[in-house]
Amino acid sequence: MSTANDNKWIGQRTLRPDGADKVTGRAAYAADTTMPGMIWGKVLRSPHPHAKIKSINTKKAEAYPGVKAVITAKDIVDFPLDKSVMLGIQDMRWMARNVMAREKALFAGHPVAAVAATTEKIAAEACKLIEVEYEVLPFVIDVEEAMKPGAPVLHDFVKFEGKPSNIAGTLEHKLGDVDAGFAKADVVIERSFRTQPVHQGYIEPHACLVSVSDGKATIWSSSQGQFMVRAMCSYLTGIAQNDIRAIPAEIGGGFGGKTIIYLEPLALVLAKKTGRPVKMIMTRTEVFHASGPTSGSYSKIKIGATKDGMLVAARGTFCLQAGAFPGSPIRGAAGCAFAPYNIPNVHSDGFDVVSNRSKVAAYRAPGAPIGAYGVECVMDEIAEALKMDPLELRLKNAARMGTKAAHGPVFPRIGFVETIEEAGKHAHYKTPLPKAKDGKLYGRGVASGFWFNAGGESSAQVNVNEDGTVVVITGHPDIGGSRASTANITAEILGIDYKKVSVLIGDTSVIGFSNLTGGSRVTYASAMVVTQSTEHVIGILRERAAKIWKIDPDAVVWESGEARPAGDNAGKFEPLSLGQIAAQATATGGPIGAGKQLNTTGAEGGFATHLCDVEVDPALGIVRVLRYTAFQDVGRAIHPGYVEGQMQGGAAQGIGWALSEEYIFDKNGKLDNPSFLDYRMPVCSDLPMLDSVIIEVPNPKHPQGVRGVGEVPLVPPLGAVSNAIYNALGRRFYSLPMSPPKVLATLDLPQAAE
Amino acid sequence: MTDIEYLAPKTLDEAVRAFHAGAGNARILAGGTDLLVQMRAGTVRPGLIVDIKKIAEMTTVEETAGGGFRIGAAVSGAVLRDHPKLKKVWPGVVEAANLIGSTQIQGRATAGGNLCNGSPAGDSVPAMIAAGAVVTIQGPTGRRELPVEAVPKGPGRLNLSPGEIVVSFTLPARPKGSSDAYLRMIPRTEMDIAVVGCGVSLTIDNGTCTAARVGLGAIAPTVLLVEAAAKALIGSKVVGSKLDDAALAKAAAACSAACRPIDDKRGTIAYRTKVAGVLLTRTATIAADRAGRK
Amino acid sequence: MAKLHVSTTINGEPQEFLCDAEQSMLEILRGPLGLTGSKEGCGTGDCGACTINVNGRIVCSCLMLAAEAEGQKIATIEGMADGETLHPLQQKFLEQAALQCGICTPGVLMAAKSLLERNPDPSEHEVRFWLAGNLCRCTGYDKIVRAVMDTAADMRGAAR
Repeated sequence: MSTANDNKWIGQRTLRPDGADKVTGRAAYAADTTMPGMIWGKVLRSPHPHAKIKSINTKKAEAYPGVKAVITAKDIVDFPLDKSVMLGIQDMRWMARNVMAREKALFAGHPVAAVAATTEKIAAEACKLIEVEYEVLPFVIDVEEAMKPGAPVLHDFVKFEGKPSNIAGTLEHKLGDVDAGFAKADVVIERSFRTQPVHQGYIEPHACLVSVSDGKATIWSSSQGQFMVRAMCSYLTGIAQNDIRAIPAEIGGGFGGKTIIYLEPLALVLAKKTGRPVKMIMTRTEVFHASGPTSGSYSKIKIGATKDGMLVAARGTFCLQAGAFPGSPIRGAAGCAFAPYNIPNVHSDGFDVVSNRSKVAAYRAPGAPIGAYGVECVMDEIAEALKMDPLELRLKNAARMGTKAAHGPVFPRIGFVETIEEAGKHAHYKTPLPKAKDGKLYGRGVASGFWFNAGGESSAQVNVNEDGTVVVITGHPDIGGSRASTANITAEILGIDYKKVSVLIGDTSVIGFSNLTGGSRVTYASAMVVTQSTEHVIGILRERAAKIWKIDPDAVVWESGEARPAGDNAGKFEPLSLGQIAAQATATGGPIGAGKQLNTTGAEGGFATHLCDVEVDPALGIVRVLRYTAFQDVGRAIHPGYVEGQMQGGAAQGIGWALSEEYIFDKNGKLDNPSFLDYRMPVCSDLPMLDSVIIEVPNPKHPQGVRGVGEVPLVPPLGAVSNAIYNALGRRFYSLPMSPPKVLATLDLPQAAE
Repeated sequence: MTDIEYLAPKTLDEAVRAFHAGAGNARILAGGTDLLVQMRAGTVRPGLIVDIKKIAEMTTVEETAGGGFRIGAAVSGAVLRDHPKLKKVWPGVVEAANLIGSTQIQGRATAGGNLCNGSPAGDSVPAMIAAGAVVTIQGPTGRRELPVEAVPKGPGRLNLSPGEIVVSFTLPARPKGSSDAYLRMIPRTEMDIAVVGCGVSLTIDNGTCTAARVGLGAIAPTVLLVEAAAKALIGSKVVGSKLDDAALAKAAAACSAACRPIDDKRGTIAYRTKVAGVLLTRTATIAADRAGRK
Repeated sequence: MAKLHVSTTINGEPQEFLCDAEQSMLEILRGPLGLTGSKEGCGTGDCGACTINVNGRIVCSCLMLAAEAEGQKIATIEGMADGETLHPLQQKFLEQAALQCGICTPGVLMAAKSLLERNPDPSEHEVRFWLAGNLCRCTGYDKIVRAVMDTAADMRGAAR
């Protein structure tokens, strides 16, 4: 369902401007770039999950033929532990220690030194010659274990209730009085849920190429934010920002995992020391060991409802694993879990828990899938207890315009109800499923979800070329086809052919500050600044036409790609096309272009409802998703193909998280499955077609009505798949992944008394 | 840092000589889908790589005089799949070789490499064992033969002498009413290493199962020939291509009983033991169905 | 040993290079040959981003020694388009948004092309299992599978 489309480009499935390069292999990703004189960097990593670093001797490595430099933490700027230094949501104290271990190695895979040498092979061999003296300490990885009194403490300065602890932070949202609410409830369901760390799973490992000349650095990297790269490298190396040019290479997937840096500051210091460009690429094993997966978690959810299906109280505690340094996404878990529902009494709190695994990095709606998993499963149990259709329960309690969410805002016009209604009407929901057939069992589940979405800083520059074509420069790396959306919008506003618009992502030296590609904000934010820039350009075009016609600019309108006199009173002039005006730019006042830099606001949260059908082989415990449909309010689909792509990609990641993905640690605290063979992401044959239904309830605060779309899709699947399996087997699961051995083991248990 | 040598000999004698001279520091390269992974991980550091893909005897599939097949050890799964006759006679062997990895892996991986990698989870091995394959081995002292189940000694270890190379697999002639099948349990639909792999080959004659062999993988240090399971099937009544339920149950129990698996990131002892029985039932059922149509 | 000298054919053109025995075909393609269209996603044959075609069969170039290229016919993504004219699969992928970040796309296209050369009318099941060795994290495979099947239909129509 979508609104009537009287647009020429917005809402069309145009060919993305960078597309031909991507299908021919010409597109330059960070690992594809080379420079003359380039040498290679490699990282030495701690084999221990927790150890004091007593000494590092790099002499033998430095003497190895072909080695040009060896660095350790002493080559990175120190941020004393007693003062927080925030850069966005990252604390540079942790970032400095994450890119290179300082006092301690805090996870197996933690960088302790780096080498630059003439070949990758030599650099790797030289790493083996670095002598590190460790004092091995007891370690703890699991979030519940890390919270227990007596657990090995990672950081002496982290205190909880006055005592050294691994609980590094908490947060709380309160609305109403939950005790009073539960007292009124006819049905109360309380459950605990556990999840394992899961990785974003981008197919392109982290990579960068850094060159330093005369103290000025150029960085090509695979990243979700070249301004973040520049800023973090500036902080960590002491080089001023104007002397760092961070260029975003094409990026092979991020999903939040590339919103921080790992290799860039190391390559930068190595490049500076050696006077040679330094290239660094993580192997897949390194990606798994040392780049942040999202948190493992332990949550307790309690929801109460009256017998007519009204939710009266909700309590949620979310303990999320931060990894080596504080900063797990408790905000996403505690803030989003109950947000789809209008519940008068809510108390949710989050615990940020450090433990000896790699530092967590953002993963598509960070924290929200974890929060929603438990809530959506409990909602399913409540629906069952009340003998209500699960969609009906959600509809009855759905957040609408005016609902106050526990995390603070009052929702404006939102399209959540529409997602539930569309799901209920859809052929998927109406198609009956057999209970059993040929030894297999079948079930259907539903779940909903919410994500905050973000606005944030964005800059754009729109320039008209002398031949009337247009170049747009924006500041956010394109990870999902956003250049196509930008071109759609620019062409639409100007009224020119889409193919006459070129869109480039500018580096930090050529475009104004733009915040990360993440937070479901690229189309939202860049559309705003591109719109304003383009409207400014139209103002200029009208002025130029007015000059040419010698009339008042107010008497000129811009329509269908042309300047026209506003009415017969203005005079009888032939319309001037963009090309015609551009050809006279010099004569009429100079180059035609405009830019805008804004901290965009007005981004409202996103809502989705998902339907999932599963087939279970009860003899082997294997679950297959047979049918999946996602319903999401996207505000306005600037490019429907790429909007659907976000919905499908998030659903696929969620299915993997629910059924097969997990970090498995061995008894030595080292990751046992750091490969795509044993870290099991869905392959093509694992999934059915992923139907996606775009619902457009325009965001009134955005010029095109856009709402962020990228992250919400990962929020409902964990609950949808879990509820479908329950529907098939009559067994609830309270931990993920629901892998075959776990499913089979649960089937073997006697049916739990309810 | 030692330099690695690469050799692509055109004759088997040359290959054996070079491999033997490598004195334990040489590795055979067929499809490379195990060797290169191990080299990258640093678990294997060969001094010499002997690429045997230019040796005719190792890279061809021939029908033998008696009506069987001789499959060169370096024939890829994809080539086996494309052979016009082999999959009709030995569908289990062909499907097993073509479940290794992905389409890309099947374009390279070979039954010889799969066997000699010594993994108890190698997909082609249970099917080869069920088929009663005999392996031809060439070494510095000459040529010999071994039943395929006698080759693996333990994880990553083989009952081969220094310098010996597996040359080919010989599959026997098939009596009428014979067929085979291979099934494995993996969590996803493709790409995973088998958590349990089961190969069954049967002959059905006039309503009775007259011959059977069962190979079971990923449940012990080597792939097993489960004679007790075969015994339970042999002599049982077959009605319209369906095996007798009691015989199947006995065979399945024998498979579970034969399991000596480990707990690892791919499966638990309890899970593997249970699945072994389930897979036997399903695999034997498919083999019988195929045999009934021969 | 001294470097090996290899003579081979890549995308229809004779190509020579020097390599160490242990270097993979992927390393040589991306390095000295400057053919960076094949990508390294894992280095262990589990993701298919490095897929090339050797003598008519798709393989992971990360699991092939460069030395093995001697005398073989190799095709990479760079040879799929005919000059500026995209292969129907490439064109369809663009039209149907069957790629997002694009890192898996060269490998997927090489695999899909090989499928359609052998099977001009694949079912959804056949497409999915043929492409199981090509990991994609962005798309959930839906649009990829549709694009491959739609291209197959187009090509069958054009062939009549």
